[in-house]
Amino acid sequence: MSHHIVEVQDLTYTYPDGTDAVRGISFRIHHGESVAVVGANGAGKSTLLLHLNGYLTPQSGKVRIGDFPLTKATLRDIRRTVGMVFQDPDDQLFMPTVFEDVAFGPMNLGLPQDEVAQRVQEALARVGVEHLKERPPYKLSGGEKRAVSIATVLAMSPDILVMDEPSSNLDPRARRTLIELLAGFQHTKIIATHDLDMVLDLCPRTIVIREGRVMADGPTRAIFENNQLLAESHLEKPLRMQACPVCCRHSG
Amino acid sequence: MANIESALLDLGYLDTLAARDTIIHRLDPRVKVLTAVLFALCVVSFDKYVIAAMLPFALFLSLIMGLGGIPAHYVLKKLVLVSPFALLLGLLNPFLDQQTLLYLGPIPISGGWLSFLSILLRFCLTVGAMLTLIATTSFNGVCMALEKMGMPKIFAVQLLLLYRYIFVLIAEGQRMYRARALRSFQGRGADMKTFGHLIGGLLLRTLDRAQRIHLAMLCRGFDGTIHTRRAPRVTARDILLLALSCCLLLGMRRYDCSLLLGQLLTGFVQ
Repeated sequence: MSHHIVEVQDLTYTYPDGTDAVRGISFRIHHGESVAVVGANGAGKSTLLLHLNGYLTPQSGKVRIGDFPLTKATLRDIRRTVGMVFQDPDDQLFMPTVFEDVAFGPMNLGLPQDEVAQRVQEALARVGVEHLKERPPYKLSGGEKRAVSIATVLAMSPDILVMDEPSSNLDPRARRTLIELLAGFQHTKIIATHDLDMVLDLCPRTIVIREGRVMADGPTRAIFENNQLLAESHLEKPLRMQACPVCCRHSG
Repeated sequence: MANIESALLDLGYLDTLAARDTIIHRLDPRVKVLTAVLFALCVVSFDKYVIAAMLPFALFLSLIMGLGGIPAHYVLKKLVLVSPFALLLGLLNPFLDQQTLLYLGPIPISGGWLSFLSILLRFCLTVGAMLTLIATTSFNGVCMALEKMGMPKIFAVQLLLLYRYIFVLIAEGQRMYRARALRSFQGRGADMKTFGHLIGGLLLRTLDRAQRIHLAMLCRGFDGTIHTRRAPRVTARDILLLALSCCLLLGMRRYDCSLLLGQLLTGFVQ
């Protein structure tokens, strides 16, 4: 299918308190692409993401998801198409048990009970946490919570996944599991993050945002080689692309 | 403060208990809710000096706790924790009502003391019954049962969300409290004003979180109704047990079993 396109044109957004969070962002993401959105704290990443599933409506400019422009009338379809994984799993997991939480979306879609159960089962199996089905979310570990949050979104069978800092607060192993999981997904992925090493693993394309504008948009490698651009955007080369301090000392 | 914290966090233990599988746990939640309500109504409707007639109810409760595998020390600890409310309520009775009602051997017992003890006993029985209800049914089960029995869905959802987020709220409050404690040397900065800021900050965080949760719900197609899981059907066994326990409770309320037992024993001795 070729219609899972995310297109943003001259998007601007000013918060009621006068903060210009987004000042004219444009990009186009094609079906199956995996794109990182990186930038300093407060660069406008989160505000941008909130537009992609229609929580915020563009003050000027346009957002198109697949075949629909983002308007009030298409909101329902867009929210089904775009699965959003939040930064804090505690915000995303609000139902009493993992099962009910994952079932929340499919139930709202009005699916029959047995189909809901099947979808929940599949989503939990996909992220490898079927055994947590009956547990209350607050008793899970950070990594488990993250996996379940992703399952809640998968159960809606979205075409596009939008994630805000998916690797934050995870221990290295949970982070690695998450990266492997995400690498296996066929969805169009948009990931806002500060974890540039993860970007190297997952996203061939990177969009750098600074003060509400797109500073660079291109192949991840090329962008991470550009020291000046990274410094201006409050970023650093991923550790893997830096010379190893231990080896350097030995050889030099 | 540390005590209150751990006591609240201990709430999670209720869920652990509720996850067990005993004869009481397997009963339909509605049966348990109705029995618990009837139990509480019977206990509070006794006359204000009654003590002995309530003892069979204590027996009934401990029987259920035993069958449900609820450790008595856990319930007792919880009772002690909330007992100040009941103590405060009955504290003045011994002073206000000094008329002697009975003699325990040579010691005169005033009506005030009797009613004070009666209040404490009622309190222990009702709160103990509710704790047992939740520990054998789980909070969610109770909410589901109440909804099935006609409580408006919005209240059920409110209760569920309250229970879900009380843990998050406690953790957040705890972190703020700890942050303050670590920088208030010898109790400085522990005044009401800082406390006010702390509570205010907590409220603002809560509002922020509420907004994010709402956003998360919207993202998954929330349209104003929350679909909770459907409760299983009530079986004939459930109804039978409900009828049985209702008869038993009403019987214990109607007849003073302690007195009857006493008369029986004294008659037997004579």
